[in-house]
Amino acid sequence: MALDDNKRRYLEHLAGETFFMLGDEACAYGALFAGCDFFAGYPITPASEVAELMAKELPKSGGIYIQMEDELASMAAIVGASWTGSRTMTATSGPGFSLMQENLGYAIMTETPCVIVDVQRSGPSTGQATKPAQGDVMQARWGTHGDHNIIALAPNSGQECFDLMLDCFDLSDTYRTPVIMLMDGEIGHFRESVSMPPVAAIKHVTRKRAKSAADVFGGDELVPGMIHYGEGHNIHVTGSTHLSTGMRDVSTDHVHNKLVRRICRKIEANREQIVKVAEDITAGGKARVGVISYGATSRPALGAVKEVRDQGKDVDFLRLITIWPFARKQVTEFARDLDVILVPEMNLGQMSREIERFVGCEVVSLSKIGGVPHSVTEITQAILERIE
Amino acid sequence: MSTPRHRLMDFVREEIMPHRFCTGCGCGTVLNVFINAVEALELDRTKMVCVSGIGCSAWIPSPYFKADTLHTTHGRPIAFATGVKVMRPDLKVVVIAGDGDVSGIGGNHLIHAARRNIDLTVIMVNNMIYGMTGGQVAPTTPTGVKTTTTPYGNIEPPFNVADLVMAAGASYVSRWTTYHVFQLMKAMKDALSTEGFSFVEIMSQCPDNYGRRIGVRTGVEFLKRFKEQSVRVGKSRDMSEEELKGKFVIGNLCNKERPEYVSQLHKVTDDQVRQLAEETA
Repeated sequence: MALDDNKRRYLEHLAGETFFMLGDEACAYGALFAGCDFFAGYPITPASEVAELMAKELPKSGGIYIQMEDELASMAAIVGASWTGSRTMTATSGPGFSLMQENLGYAIMTETPCVIVDVQRSGPSTGQATKPAQGDVMQARWGTHGDHNIIALAPNSGQECFDLMLDCFDLSDTYRTPVIMLMDGEIGHFRESVSMPPVAAIKHVTRKRAKSAADVFGGDELVPGMIHYGEGHNIHVTGSTHLSTGMRDVSTDHVHNKLVRRICRKIEANREQIVKVAEDITAGGKARVGVISYGATSRPALGAVKEVRDQGKDVDFLRLITIWPFARKQVTEFARDLDVILVPEMNLGQMSREIERFVGCEVVSLSKIGGVPHSVTEITQAILERIE
Repeated sequence: MSTPRHRLMDFVREEIMPHRFCTGCGCGTVLNVFINAVEALELDRTKMVCVSGIGCSAWIPSPYFKADTLHTTHGRPIAFATGVKVMRPDLKVVVIAGDGDVSGIGGNHLIHAARRNIDLTVIMVNNMIYGMTGGQVAPTTPTGVKTTTTPYGNIEPPFNVADLVMAAGASYVSRWTTYHVFQLMKAMKDALSTEGFSFVEIMSQCPDNYGRRIGVRTGVEFLKRFKEQSVRVGKSRDMSEEELKGKFVIGNLCNKERPEYVSQLHKVTDDQVRQLAEETA
């Protein structure tokens, strides 16, 4: 996707600079560098700063910002806008994300690129509105109904909030699917240094285009090309089961089978291209204990792993950046020589259960809820107990 | 000898005909009138997007009307349409949906779109029932009517949706019935030509799922009733609430100029872009 003159001018005045900012703000700047054209949202703690920064900055780059009447409308508006060829996003937190689920499913079924930032907080319901949590891991995966697949990324720093937003938009256009930026309240409200890249370094994916309306929802393509509104092709977009032409066919079993399996397969078949992990620390087969973590929790987890290793003891560490699709291959590989994997996360074991499905060793959830993050000491002790 | 092709067949997705509306349903009339309005205004259909939600009326544009169409989730077409319109102000964006969609589940989007005065045309087909799901009560069902979910009679008063939209700030509001096809066509043309939020409420018949509950068996019987029960808005002003009971107030209810939302939204962006260009020049 080429940057237009307004966007280029806007980015040039920021490019190469380093600022001290909130994770939420870094995420918004990341979206601007990704060439976001449209933001529709509804305020909610701890995600509001994403909207506030977009409201201030997006018009300067030539984009459009709207505060909608609720989250259902926000999600609907970004899907509608995406079909005009725009790069679109919204930002919310747990309760708002719950409200978006039906239209998130619509975006999956209609293969509409868009980005949803979910700055997770404690729940269920209003829970602890101002406290961090990682309670939406399974909501991101299974919140909407029916069979589907999804892409979700979890940053653990201000810089990653920025960098991964560029990935979110590119993945969304590449696979024609909504992509979730699964932040957490702690990361969103950390204030850290964030560097903006030079404009020349930004390379965006260009949306694949279809030649005719007959191929917008299938044909022979795993990821079909799009046609946008106003191009004279009379395209038909529906969340009901449809043929490759877009025309509804809700009663033929093989039509539904073909469509939904393809929508799932386009992500499944590209799992290795999509999945990113980091800090894959290994003691070369000597460790019996490993730690897997993600998002804010990965920071005290990494601190603990370093402390244990500094004591001359072996422990392995893996951080998941891509939460969905699950890093099946990397986690299986990581677990090969281990007796136990500890999974610190700010929920009651949402990711640890997923890890358990793919490894032969014991998986122990170091779960913590209540809005107080794990301390390095807590995790260090847990690792040492298992080693000894 | 082959049947001559009707000039308006170009306006429908012929490949999916015949249509699926029930015998006597008002949706066919609405589609017919809408197509005639689009033809009369010489609108470029390649620059039109029709958005609909869920239910019988949602099928009027989607799939039957041949333009770009967006068939969305229940109650949300106005919100989806907002996203389309703000990013492509040059496109004519029309929402055609039922009373359940627009005033029930989607009521909040309706009042906010009217308040913003966004340049959308919303055509609400009011058959006073949830038709597609089998005849459940709607926010527009008259008091006392027995439906599948009000087996002892509806105790709620019906929504006056046109009045609501008018109060919320729409530029253009009118209400007609499927009996008044020529007035309705004029209203649709006016609505489509309005810059700002325009709203046309159409009282429409559902013989299958509403008519049989109130003892009106055919579309024709419904049209006769619509004719008898309609009162022009001018005349209605001299009538008491008691006299207006069971009547439909029809006519152009409001037509006023107000600042339009999308143009203001783009002005904010244009001003900021210009300011940055000056600062960085």
